[in-house]
This record gives sequence, structure tokens and C-alpha cells, in this order.
Amino acid sequence: MSDRKHVDEVTGIETTGHVWDDDLRELNKPLPKWWVYVLYASILWSIGYWIVYPAWPLATDYTRGIWGYSQRQVVADQVAAAKAAQGDLRKAIGEAELSAIKSDQRLLNFAMAGGNAAFGDNCAPCHGRGAQGFKGYPNLNDDDWIWGGTLDEIHATIAHGIRNSDENSRQNAMPRFGLDQILTREEINDVTSHVIALSGGTADAASAGRGETIYADQCASCHGEKGEGSRELGAPRLNDAIWLYGDAREDIVQSIVTGRGGVMPAWNTRLDDVTVKQLAIYVHSLGGGE
Amino acid sequence: MSGSGKRPVAPEAYIIDPVGPQGSVGGKGQAATASAGDAAPGVVRHDVEAVNAKDNRELYAARVKVHPKRVRGTFRNLKWAMMIVALGIYYLLPWLRWDRGPSLPDQAFLMDFANQRLFFGPLEIWAQEFYYVTGILVVSALGLFLVTALAGRVWCGYACPQTVWTDLFVSVERFIQGDRNARLRLEKAPWTFDKAWKISVTHAIWLLISLATGGALVFYFRDAPTLAGEFVSGTAPYIAYVFLGVFTLSTYLLGGLAREQVCIYMCPWPRIQGAMFDDHSLLVSYRAYRGEPRGPHKKGDTWEGRGDCIDCKQCVVVCPMGIDIRDGPQLECIQCALCIDACNEIMTKVGRPANLIAYDTVHRLESKGRGEEAKLHLVRPRTLLYMVLIPIVLALMTYGWLNRSELDVSVLRDRNPLFVKLSDGGVRNGYTIKILNKRHETRRFAISLEGPLEGVTPAMEIIGLEGGEPVAEVVPDNLRALRVFISVPREALARLQDDTSAITFVVRDLGDGNETRRETTFRSPTR
Repeated sequence: MSDRKHVDEVTGIETTGHVWDDDLRELNKPLPKWWVYVLYASILWSIGYWIVYPAWPLATDYTRGIWGYSQRQVVADQVAAAKAAQGDLRKAIGEAELSAIKSDQRLLNFAMAGGNAAFGDNCAPCHGRGAQGFKGYPNLNDDDWIWGGTLDEIHATIAHGIRNSDENSRQNAMPRFGLDQILTREEINDVTSHVIALSGGTADAASAGRGETIYADQCASCHGEKGEGSRELGAPRLNDAIWLYGDAREDIVQSIVTGRGGVMPAWNTRLDDVTVKQLAIYVHSLGGGE
Repeated sequence: MSGSGKRPVAPEAYIIDPVGPQGSVGGKGQAATASAGDAAPGVVRHDVEAVNAKDNRELYAARVKVHPKRVRGTFRNLKWAMMIVALGIYYLLPWLRWDRGPSLPDQAFLMDFANQRLFFGPLEIWAQEFYYVTGILVVSALGLFLVTALAGRVWCGYACPQTVWTDLFVSVERFIQGDRNARLRLEKAPWTFDKAWKISVTHAIWLLISLATGGALVFYFRDAPTLAGEFVSGTAPYIAYVFLGVFTLSTYLLGGLAREQVCIYMCPWPRIQGAMFDDHSLLVSYRAYRGEPRGPHKKGDTWEGRGDCIDCKQCVVVCPMGIDIRDGPQLECIQCALCIDACNEIMTKVGRPANLIAYDTVHRLESKGRGEEAKLHLVRPRTLLYMVLIPIVLALMTYGWLNRSELDVSVLRDRNPLFVKLSDGGVRNGYTIKILNKRHETRRFAISLEGPLEGVTPAMEIIGLEGGEPVAEVVPDNLRALRVFISVPREALARLQDDTSAITFVVRDLGDGNETRRETTFRSPTR
């Protein structure tokens, strides 16, 4: 390196002063000044950013910045603001009867939208996004309701759930006819034939005939003499085409052997009253509401 | 200092301009000093170099500020006329009214984004009919191609908003600060009160024009009188102020400050235009065969053995782009023809025939250069194609418009679940029928179902229309969505051909009896 500035003869441009292999030199083409200043300004800006906003993770905490900014707080504020904006609608829904909500177009729209969202968050895992249900989880689109399909009955089911510890929960239990050895294998087989016949299916007539007596003794008190079910007891209709646990012979056998009995949470402990009401309206609208 | 002594051109070539501003402040780009010998009274010679002079074109040249000189003549008048018409239409259009009945806005031209509709006089374009706008754009593009093929960038020279507003801003500048020489002097002059007020008043007027421009644009999107009132009272929507600011600032920046830079560096059209015209397009051209060799000319000298161009550079100083047309066709030229006006004025003064610079074709110029005469070929395959395509597109659009439906019916089948098994063993499908009534009156529609579910009569239940006839009332300019359930009983299921059966919803307008059919499917379990 030399102190004197070296100028390239061909281009007339100053070189950096570095020399390689005796004669290789590098032209000095500095960045445009504005570019350099933008870089310096960016560095200064980032330092200011560290000071103003939360920036550095520490062992148990983080630098919080001098403006007290927090993204979580911003989101919380926005959620609160959105809730507040819905305030009068939520208040109206909280105070209104379910039937009144259904006949008020404005409240109905709000309840349907809210119910749809809440259904996706809370109910869809078991009942499916389209409320189509799965084996053991009822289809909410059909016209069959084990515990009743009016607005109030649906509301009660959602609020208190089924077979849980809530004191107002829907409670019942079908005996475990097989496991508790109330009925023998043959008896279970015969009563299954009778149940299939009740729902319009084809079954061995002799077996079904034998099963009729067993049915009258063991099942009719809850499911009705003709299999018409009982909503008070939560005993499903057996003389229709809808089967919660499947309509195959082995499905029905298993139901009689184990007694089945699914559990649904009491949603009033997890969701607020307004949301439960919105859900009731929404579920009622799915096509099977009474 | 006086620049005359340093100029490379012989002093006798300089001629006093008896009407223009006197004197010179020196330096490059300066004008007009006194000298002996006149080419003709009133002819001024300018010492100016085109911003992109042919002999001195650099890839990265700093901007040279352009101070166009005033010019009078045919094309200047045409430009004034165009400016008045264009600005008049632009500023006044939002204020025109159009009676559309009580439920609709009465603004003739309104882009009603809130209600997703465009109103152009009698035309009414809904969001889902936005393709009509495509048609309008296609016709506009073809029109632009046609005029470009015929006469080059006449759009740029006369009608482009950038040209119109720049022209307006330059005339404001000229009104406040004087013509070219005065503006050059003012630019060089030290900051005095006189300079300060002239510059500030110029910019203030520019900003006022920009504000009016931005304001006019905002009026196209909201009822103009209402919005004007809201602006005055400070209650206009926040977004209106934002856009007013954006449009004001962009007009001021582009028209007032950036000017020719927009045309050269920001606009794509100069780069596309090369493909749009050809040797037979009329372009603003310098007739070199007549003008060369150029040189200064003294009154009384012979015109023998030289060209008509006296190299006075009037064509350069009047050019809003600051270029020299004598360098031939170039990207920067917006074809405004002000140089034609300027040159014709000089030609008249020196007693030579007009139109040394004129609208001419490359083909004709080349022929003339060889001493031949050539005809104009304005009707060519290219122009013919455009002239045929434009009416075709217009006819298609008109046909489409005349057959435009005032009713939109769509049927959405539920997909989750595809079907629902009912307790009696039947199967039910859910549908959403959307009826959009585009008429400005309430209409009633009867909804029914058509086969081919062989021998099966599905039950139809419409939520909200329970009991009574399946007749839905749709209020004017509105959409009604109906939930419809179609159920096929168990005994009929077996007669269905497949797990997917075609069914058709029929929506009959009870007013005029017109029926709209929408095919969809009915899904049932695979058997």
C-alpha cells in the first residue's frame, strides 16, 4: 500500500491501493453517498427500535421497551373492542327468549354467525364441521332427536350436556345386558333380531319372535313397546332408520352387550350464556329442529 | 456575465427578438442576444442543446430542467381546445345527475364501491358484471392502437392526463414567472422577495389545481354534492381525505415537478409504441431533405445551395420534452407538434414555405430524400384490422348488454354433509338458492322442482316460507338467499337411477312469467 493515490491509466479511475500479483489492482467505486447514509440511518433506526419496543430475550424476562408496547395486549384490546362493538346484540340475545331471537331477523343473523363460529371451535371435533356426526356422535342435521329437538330442549342439552357431573345434566344408563350377564348370548341374539325387525329390517322370524318377549321384559320400559323411544328418559327410537352406533347386526349386539352411553360436556361451564344460546339457534337451524 | 462571446456560433447569427424578453443571463441553455444582421424581423436564435442531443447522449444523464417557450399556432390551439374539453369533462362529470328512481343514487357517473356497482349514465354494472369493463378497456386499447397506427402518439401529445396537467401547470408557471427567458433568469437569480413570491405563488396555484383534481376524482366514488358538503364541514369519511391527499400529492408531483420525466422514465407507452406504428404512420418529423444543410441565415442572403433550416432552435425551446426533433424520431417525443407551430412561424418570417417540420411518414420522407413523391398509406392491413375489430367488440358488448339478465339465480348444494338420512329411511339434501333481483321493483318468484327423478315426488321445504305457496318476495336491487330441503322418501329411493340424480330448480317470475332453470344434483347413499 502506498500513501499516494493510484489512478488506473485505462479508465482514469482511482484504485483502492491494493495490489495483487505485482500488477493487479482494484478500481475504487464506492457506494453512492445516499446509499451509505441510508445504511447508517437504518442502523440508527434499529437502535432506536431496541429502546422503544420489546426486543431482547433475557433469561427469565425480556427487555420491555420504553413505550410499554405489547402485541398480546394489542390483540387483547382488539378482541375486547370487538366484543364491545357487539355489546348491544349480545345483551339483546342474553335477555331474549330463544323463540324471540329466531323471529328477529337482526338477532337471528347475529346468533347464526356466532353459533356457526362457536360450533366450529367447540362442537365440530365430535359432531363434524357440517354437524353430520360420526358413529356414536349424533348427526345434528337429521330429524331424530334423542333428548328432544325444540329450541329449549336443544339449549338444555348444550348447556348441561349428557351423562356428565353437571347436576342438571341429561342422565340415563342402559344396562350392560351382556357384560353384567343379565341376558345370555342367545337371548341377546334374539332381541337383536327383534330390534332389527322393529326398524323395518329383515331378520330371522323365529329368532325375532323369541326376542319379542325378552324385549317386552327388558327394553320396552324405556324404548317403548313398539320401539318408539322416550325423550324423557333419553331412550332412542328403535323403529326408525337412524342408528347412532350403526345399523349392522354386530353394532346392535354390541350396544346391548355394553349399554353404550356417550358423554357430552356441560357447555355452560365453558361458554357464556350468549354463546350457548347462539349455538342452540344454530343447531336448531341445521335442518332437524322441531 | 454575457454568454455571447463564448458561443461557438458566429455573432452575426444572433438576432434581436423585438417582442421577447431582452438580454441574457449567460450559461448553457440561454437565449437570444443582439447582433448584426437579421434573418427576418422577430426571428430569435436560441443557444440551447436538446436534453438528449443526438451527439451527446449519455446513459446516466442528470435531469436538465426544461422551460418550454410559449408558442402560437394551429396545434397549440388544438392543445388548448383539448385541454379545455378534457378538464371540463373531468371536473364536471361527477356533478351531472341521472334520475334512476328513489332507491338508487342519482349521480350520472358513480363508482359505488360500497354497494358494488358502477353507474355510467344509463349503464349499470354490478360487481359480477365487471367483465363489461373489460370490454370498455378492450375498445379503448384498440382505439389507442388505431390512432397510434394512423398518427403516432397523438394520445400522448394531446389527450394524456400527464400532458394535459403538465401543460396546465406550465401555463400557470408562465403566467406568474413569465416566458422561458424570464423563467431562466429567475432560476439563476439569487433569492429575493420577488423570486420568493413568484415561486411560492406558482406552487400554491399548482397545489390548488392538484387539490381540485384529487377532489374531482374522489367525487366519482361518492355522491358529489354530499361529499363536497362533508369536506366543507369536516365530516367526510376518513378514506376520502386519504385519497384526496394521495391524488393531490400525485398530481402535484407528476404534473408539476416530474413532468417530462414521467413520460420518459415512468410511462411504458413510449416503449410499446414502437410496435404500434410503422413507416406509414404520420409522425411529427423534420423534413431533413428540405432543411439540410442547415445554418444561420441573414436577410438578403441567397437560399441557393443550403437548406431551409436556419438553426434558430425554436423547435427545441418550445418542446415540453426539451428534445430536438431534427435528431429524428425518438422515445422522448410525445408528438404534440408544438415544434411544427414554432417552425412554421419562423418559416413565415424568413419567407420560406411552411411545414419544414410536419406530420409526415417515414416512407414519404425517405422517398422525398430520393427525389420521389410518395402517397400516404393510411389504410393498411394494420389500421383496417383495428377499424374492423372496434365495431365487432362494440357489437358484442351491445348484444351482451341488450341480453343482460335482470335476474341472477344460483343454487348451491350442501357439501357437508352431502345428504342426511331421515328417521323414516328417506334421504334429504340441503340447498341454498340465491335470487338476485336487479330490477328497481319488488318481484315475486315461485320456486318449483323438475324431474327427472322418475316417478318420485320429492318433498320441498323452504325455510322461512313454511306453510303456503313456495313464493319468495325479493325487494328491489337485492339478493335473497333461501334454505331449501329436498327429501326423497324411503320407498322412492330404490327407484333412483344412481346415487347422484339430476334435478332442476325452476324459479318463475310471477310478474312476467319468465322461468329460470338451474340444474343441480340430488345425492343419496350408494346402494
